[in-house]
Amino acid sequence: MGKKAILIDITKCVGCQQCAIACKEENNLPDIEETKLSATAYTVVEERGDHYVRRLCMHCNEPTCVSVCPVGAFDKTPEGAIIYNENKCIGCRYCMMACPFQVPRYEWNSTTPRVQKCRMCIERIQTGDIPACVQACETGASQFGDYYQMLQQAHQAIKNEPDKYVNHIYGEKEVGGTSVLYISDVPFEKLGFKTNLGTMPLPDLTWEALSKIPSVVLVGGTLLYGIWWITNRRKEVAEFERKIKEQEKESKED
Amino acid sequence: MKNSFFGKLTFWKVTAIIILIIAAYAVIVRFTYGLGAVTNLKDEFPWGLWIGFDILCGVGLAAGGFTLCGIVYIFNIKSFKPIVRPAVLTAFLGYLLVIAALLIDLGRPYRIWHAIIMWNPRSVMFEVAWCVMLYTTVLALEFSPAVLEKLRWKFPLKIIKSITIPLVILGVLLSTLHQSSLGSVYLIVPSKLYAFWYSPLLPVFFFLSALTIGFAMVIIESYLSSRAFNRQLELPLLIRLGQVMPVLLLVQLVIKIIDFANRGIFNLLFIPRTETYLFYFEILLAIIIPMLMLFNKKIRHSRAGLFYASLIAVLGFILNRMNVSITGMEAGSGTSYTPHWMEFFITLGIVTLGFIAFSYAVKYLNVFEKSSEQVVAESSVVNLAKQLGLQVDK
Repeated sequence: MGKKAILIDITKCVGCQQCAIACKEENNLPDIEETKLSATAYTVVEERGDHYVRRLCMHCNEPTCVSVCPVGAFDKTPEGAIIYNENKCIGCRYCMMACPFQVPRYEWNSTTPRVQKCRMCIERIQTGDIPACVQACETGASQFGDYYQMLQQAHQAIKNEPDKYVNHIYGEKEVGGTSVLYISDVPFEKLGFKTNLGTMPLPDLTWEALSKIPSVVLVGGTLLYGIWWITNRRKEVAEFERKIKEQEKESKED
Repeated sequence: MKNSFFGKLTFWKVTAIIILIIAAYAVIVRFTYGLGAVTNLKDEFPWGLWIGFDILCGVGLAAGGFTLCGIVYIFNIKSFKPIVRPAVLTAFLGYLLVIAALLIDLGRPYRIWHAIIMWNPRSVMFEVAWCVMLYTTVLALEFSPAVLEKLRWKFPLKIIKSITIPLVILGVLLSTLHQSSLGSVYLIVPSKLYAFWYSPLLPVFFFLSALTIGFAMVIIESYLSSRAFNRQLELPLLIRLGQVMPVLLLVQLVIKIIDFANRGIFNLLFIPRTETYLFYFEILLAIIIPMLMLFNKKIRHSRAGLFYASLIAVLGFILNRMNVSITGMEAGSGTSYTPHWMEFFITLGIVTLGFIAFSYAVKYLNVFEKSSEQVVAESSVVNLAKQLGLQVDK
């Protein structure tokens, strides 16, 4: 079971919402039409001008949510899916704050709230099936398969029709790459995609600071102890000298 | 009337009770209907006033505890001893209130203990959680002598006193990590936090500003409590803190300029948008005005001057934390956020509890040393040996 990917060809999406409907069915979510991602809509097709953009968890290669969760409630499976363990979650919502794609949603009106998002239909793909949304797609706008094959296919599509597609696979390099890939006939920034994310995996940024902790503790601890030792020694010496003076005084007086 | 904080200020007493009743109502609603019922938080903006003010400012304003412990016990500058206890008390209460706010803000607060057994060392929040747990314990131990003295429990008092130095070293280390890690929390959002505040040096800025504001808070609470409790003000000590503050502020200003130069973002200073104005306002309040005031000897040597310079610095500090956590995050998150009135009242309630707890502790425990006039009179550290001689004579 290797790494998987979902490839979304924006030029082929007609906005039929079949993926969103199938997703709700698969995940037993309330059957209401939603236009934005929510705790009860793991994928939606958004209208952006004359284009349709399907949104879902990007399933990052180096996921921010996995790295920021203090209790490790997020995991990345070997298939590449990011899954959430609601039994660990304490509800700090750092995953939502940190996600560069603003995907995780919260059950704000619950007293036992959970973070909700697409799970890439992990149970289905582990048994060799494909995600419900991809299966429901009738135009071939969403495809599912081996990660490298999908990437290859995206490159091939751009190469075959360079006049049609922009030369950018969104998700190939963004924040270290994602398991959801997009190709499009208009530049991604015009479709509301965040194109300022850079190629560096975001967890590297916090690791830069976190990895310094052992040296801060060691150097800091030693330094503080050293300073105390010196100032304390000075105090002792001063006291000792004073005692000697007193003794001298006393012996003179005697 | 004498020494009675509440007897004297009935207006404030009534205000406090009203605030606490409304806050209690909001807390009940929060735990009955969920966070959505009392907050304006949303999926695109999951952290609001409670994280920005109660937690970021709460922890920062508690920094006086570790700085003064360090000065008195590590650097052995014993003349500052009269103001260590109030500073440690502020820090301890501050951390307790931060934990209270955290329990309200967390979606599932009854699982807060998960951080103890479910580790993720790659998470800054994991580091923050451990720092809060450990440092609150250290603060409890550091403040415990005040309680033990009152109870006349000699044996535990002896044990605590014997481990003072390791305890203080641990406290300074944990505080350093905690203050800076609150800045590191925001290192993960380069695309959301506006460039004035997003910097690889965030942990450094958070640490340095907390260091400065810890002193400012000590000055403010000494000034206020000396008025409220008819107590002698430790002016010579506070003046020396007021001497250190502008130097720390200057260091921050210089690092900020270097940071802006490194990232080449000076041009942003001339773009007319909300963030620009907020940034100017913040720099003026948090750094420029208090720095210029405290570099002026005349202002520094007056009670009011010290107090107002510190107050302005604290307001600037709060503005900085709000800019990092709220206003600087709005544009990048593609949304706006204004706290719900119940969020305000829960925050106000928590602050009110802090004031009440502080005044009760001062009233019933030996927080401000009785012999403070004597110690203050002998404030020269240069002649350490002489001072020690005096102390032995007593």
